[in-house]
Amino acid sequence: MVGKSEPINGTAKSHPPPPPASSPLSPRSSDLLSGYFSFKSLKLKTKQQELLIRVSILCLVYVLAFVTRLFSVLRYESMIHEFDPYFNYRTTLFLTEKGFYEFWNWFDSESWYPLGRIIGGTLYPGLMVTAAVLYWGLRFLRFAVHIREVCVLTAPFFASNTTLLAYFFGKEIWDTGAGLVAAALIAICPGYISRSVAGSYDNEGVAIFALLLTFYLFVKAVNTGLLSWGLASAFGYFYMVSAWGGYVFIINLIPLYVLVLLMTGRYSMRLYVAYNCMYILGMLLAMQIRFVGFQHVQSGEHMAAMGVFFLMQVFYFLDWLKHLLSDTKLFQAFLRMTVTSAVGLGAVALGVGTASGYISPWTGRFYSLLDPTYAKDHIPIIASVSEHQPTAWSSFMFDFQILLFLFPAGLYFCFKRLSDATIFIVMYGLTSMYFAGVMVRLILVATPAVCLISAIAVSATIKNLTLLLRAKTKAPQSASGKGGSSGKAASKGLLDQSQPFQKNGAIALLFGAFYLLSKYVTHCTWVTSEAYSSPSIVLAARGAHGNRVIFDDYREAYFWLRQNTPPDAKVMSWWDYGYQITAMGNRTVIVDNNTWNNTHIATVGRAMSSYEDEAYEIMKSLDVDYVLVVFGGVTGYSSDDINKFLWMVRIGGGVFPVIKEPDYLVNGEYRVDKGAAPKMLNCLMYKLSYYRFGELTTEYGKPPGYDRARGVEIGNKDIKLEYLEEAFTTSNWIVRIYKVKPPNNRW
Amino acid sequence: MEIPLRLRVAVPISIVALLLILPSCSAQDIQVVNAERRIDLTSHIVKVFLTLKVENTGASPASEILLAFPSTQADHLALVKAQVAIGKRKKRTYSPLDVNPKELPDAPNGTKYLSVILLTPLAAGEAVTLEVLYMLTHSLEPFPMEISQSESQLVYYRDSALILSPYHVKQQITFIKTPTTKVESFTVVDPTHRAGTELKYGPYNDRPPYSYSPVIVHFENNSPFAVVEELVREVEISHWGSLQITEQYKLAHAGARHKGVFSRVEYQSRPGHSGVSSFKHLLARLPPTVHSVYYRDEIGNISSSRLRLGAQKSELEIEPRYPLFGGWKATFIIGYGLPLEDFLFESPDGRRYLNFSYGCPLVETVVDKLTIKVVLPEGSKEPSAVVPFPVNQHLEKKYSYLDVVGRTVVVLEKKNVVPEHSIPFQVYYHFNPIFMLAEPLMLTSVFFLLFVTCVAYLHMDLSLRK
Repeated sequence: MVGKSEPINGTAKSHPPPPPASSPLSPRSSDLLSGYFSFKSLKLKTKQQELLIRVSILCLVYVLAFVTRLFSVLRYESMIHEFDPYFNYRTTLFLTEKGFYEFWNWFDSESWYPLGRIIGGTLYPGLMVTAAVLYWGLRFLRFAVHIREVCVLTAPFFASNTTLLAYFFGKEIWDTGAGLVAAALIAICPGYISRSVAGSYDNEGVAIFALLLTFYLFVKAVNTGLLSWGLASAFGYFYMVSAWGGYVFIINLIPLYVLVLLMTGRYSMRLYVAYNCMYILGMLLAMQIRFVGFQHVQSGEHMAAMGVFFLMQVFYFLDWLKHLLSDTKLFQAFLRMTVTSAVGLGAVALGVGTASGYISPWTGRFYSLLDPTYAKDHIPIIASVSEHQPTAWSSFMFDFQILLFLFPAGLYFCFKRLSDATIFIVMYGLTSMYFAGVMVRLILVATPAVCLISAIAVSATIKNLTLLLRAKTKAPQSASGKGGSSGKAASKGLLDQSQPFQKNGAIALLFGAFYLLSKYVTHCTWVTSEAYSSPSIVLAARGAHGNRVIFDDYREAYFWLRQNTPPDAKVMSWWDYGYQITAMGNRTVIVDNNTWNNTHIATVGRAMSSYEDEAYEIMKSLDVDYVLVVFGGVTGYSSDDINKFLWMVRIGGGVFPVIKEPDYLVNGEYRVDKGAAPKMLNCLMYKLSYYRFGELTTEYGKPPGYDRARGVEIGNKDIKLEYLEEAFTTSNWIVRIYKVKPPNNRW
Repeated sequence: MEIPLRLRVAVPISIVALLLILPSCSAQDIQVVNAERRIDLTSHIVKVFLTLKVENTGASPASEILLAFPSTQADHLALVKAQVAIGKRKKRTYSPLDVNPKELPDAPNGTKYLSVILLTPLAAGEAVTLEVLYMLTHSLEPFPMEISQSESQLVYYRDSALILSPYHVKQQITFIKTPTTKVESFTVVDPTHRAGTELKYGPYNDRPPYSYSPVIVHFENNSPFAVVEELVREVEISHWGSLQITEQYKLAHAGARHKGVFSRVEYQSRPGHSGVSSFKHLLARLPPTVHSVYYRDEIGNISSSRLRLGAQKSELEIEPRYPLFGGWKATFIIGYGLPLEDFLFESPDGRRYLNFSYGCPLVETVVDKLTIKVVLPEGSKEPSAVVPFPVNQHLEKKYSYLDVVGRTVVVLEKKNVVPEHSIPFQVYYHFNPIFMLAEPLMLTSVFFLLFVTCVAYLHMDLSLRK
């Protein structure tokens, strides 16, 4: 259906430009029959040329979006990055090996020991299924690829597809020019690249595509009022729900948009068809995802959509009544009564639902989006993640650069030409910008909107400028020529008389625009290559002679675990490394990055911040065989466990009041040297990190035991371990693994 | 899937069968005049050089000489080579002899035999000097079984002071060479003498057949006990000009197990004293024209490797992710490409054949199980392998890029492989060069069709409304 209706639309859209150019010509050329024919073929040719240019630009943008994300592969290797992608990779591997039903019913006993985790019911399967389908497809076509390559390249591939969507979306809300610019902008926008470089095999890589797809199809449905588009958008929504928890944004933004349209008097049958189809079908489809389940009818976050759905019915009912009733006064009274009773009924239903516990209240994550300070006070585990911090101005600048200035300009253009579609993009842009300000990682959600709105600004500005230039060259015909083409011609005509240096000004402005855009390109390339293309599992540094030194300690340790420990060994580490240990080390972990059980994590935090004998009791109760800590004192790697230690104390102390943060601080200061708190110097984390570190000279001219990550000499050099023994330390000491000794023999 | 291949190895066996019918001389007709045995224990592969001067005292000519091995050694026997010296001192040349396993009905204590087929039957009263080299793997038993990081590795070597032989041995002597002078203990069978790194048993005179006198040598051996438990080498032939080799290793340190703590401080600061039995480097000898070498494992690339290209040979020095202590394991993959013209030839009968080296490219390692998979190009027919020693063979199918019917894979399996097995083998097959064009044609036609549909789509108006 999508493919079929495309050409109709395409031709319809691309038709308008030719007539104005042809209209002044046609009287002359229609004199002769032969001239008429030549003109006809010429007209076809310009249309074809335009199509050719458009298609080739899109192809280039498509390739560019893919290629620019390959920096990490070229610089390092084809590998999975970061933390969460390792879980996704592991589950995808399982899916391709065992099949979908095994995957859906997978109980993973290798994580959250001894609780385990029901994988099928606690994850968004969209990404894994997508990668597996790609893999099976390629295999079917006899491309002997490894599943790892598919996973590594899934995000760039979907980023390329997103550029196409951006083009169609831009075309839908403005024109083809804006679509092309939007495709080009989004292809290299760092805000998006940060989550979709090769190897960043995370839900977001696919989800942004799904998000934009849903929005595009919904806007299309609203514009056309066709049931088919509404249906397609429901499926787009289903894909989004299956891929990422961020679908909550869609299910709240679309009702909000509908509400705004209702309030501004833009209610139409098209909107009714689009929303009802999308909501009902989308809801039913989303219920098929086990992790989401009946949340659409039971959770507070989804109630707005339902409320708007019912409101829509009331509107339709009223519309019908208005049609029947001729008396306006009677209708006004009825309207007041109906609306108040409907709203009242809804409020009562919501209140009863919430009170009876049928409708669950908003979750902490949702609260923390609405109130940026909420997480800090109530949920330390959310606050401890760096990507959940409020966004700094610098990162906005870093991720958007000129788009940040073009965004308001684009908003201006949107407001100038308000339509259902532009209202949508404006609302999308404004709400997502707010969320981007609340959490760093949500810059990603804002990126498509920012790119689209900026593209409108760029496209409209450049179009106006070039029109000015061309108007000057054929001044006598411009007035008649422009009249048909766009509404701005009138104002242009006025400008024509008023500004003498208009042409030069236009040229200067054009150059300025191109300069800005080229700056944007260089900035994006630089950011991509410098900031967003390191896998974080392999660390690279410059050596003394300018050569590149690679610290591959993580994989060294994980591979050691995989090869040289019993297959049923349980490894305790801070939750950050859980996914990597299960994926690369193939060993059972106590906690991992799926932070679903705060108490369990707090237990680990408590063990890490207790004295060794107390920790031993906790570890025995958890059946721990190995303890893994990350330590950057030798290499100067700063994101190690000692620097994360205060979060362990806080999270541990949040559940077990025995652990008190002030015990580890001296006058509110966190130190590891001689002046550190006694509890700090003797807690398990300190001992494991610095065991026998006092014998090592790390830097010339510094005493032994000089911690390069914190720049101090450590305070406790004589560390004795009673219940643990060193099992393995990587070559640069970044990962240290300790074995928990079995209980002493009594005889 | 197992299809037996024609074997050239089968030919000598049939000759042996013929020869066996002719003379039925008893063992007593032969006696060993002089035997000298040198056992080299410096690495974890035990190399034994045996020089036997054999005399035929019977009446009928003897065509074969039997070598006897106790059953414990026979299981670890990786390779036996025998040669005979022809000519006098100056113009002495050696010619290799065939060695075949042989079953005898009345073997005492499960003794296993190998028979050395002489070039010309040994006439009555004549003598011949045989030189035999055999290698034993997994024959050094670590004791103590577990050592800590600071200890060095001690091993037992068990053998007999007297050479086990079905023949009467007039005079014999055994030298055992240990890697260092540190020998904890050794069994004394007079006369026994020890000097430096050498232990001398004998000379012993006039020992009857099957004399046996067990000895145990307990000594220090810190050479890397690198054992590849399983190695799969896949050789993929592409007639477009390259040979792609992928080798999957399962490496283990087969020495004394590591016990207790691994301390990085001690390992880094005192390399001479700490972890002496561990190893962290391995050397792979690759053909000189090797290109695009990679070294990785299940979780990604391993950055610690060095390649030295040379005119004679290329050396790849690889470092596993961590040093290997006793009992530790590591799996990894090495892959490389080679130019086709150096390894693929056309035989006079029009068939192609691949001439490639068997065995493991790693220096001084034992491979417990070696599988070579030769992936022939799509469309090749009638594969047959020629291997200079017995191997298990069967055929498989493999699907690689753009394969429709699949590629034939010749699988050659052998257990207990030592570096001396790195000798060439051949795989013959029929191949029509027209098959080379199949895949490019497929691709071009797909693209052609794509463009044709695009052109057709653009020139057609599919809308219902006009």
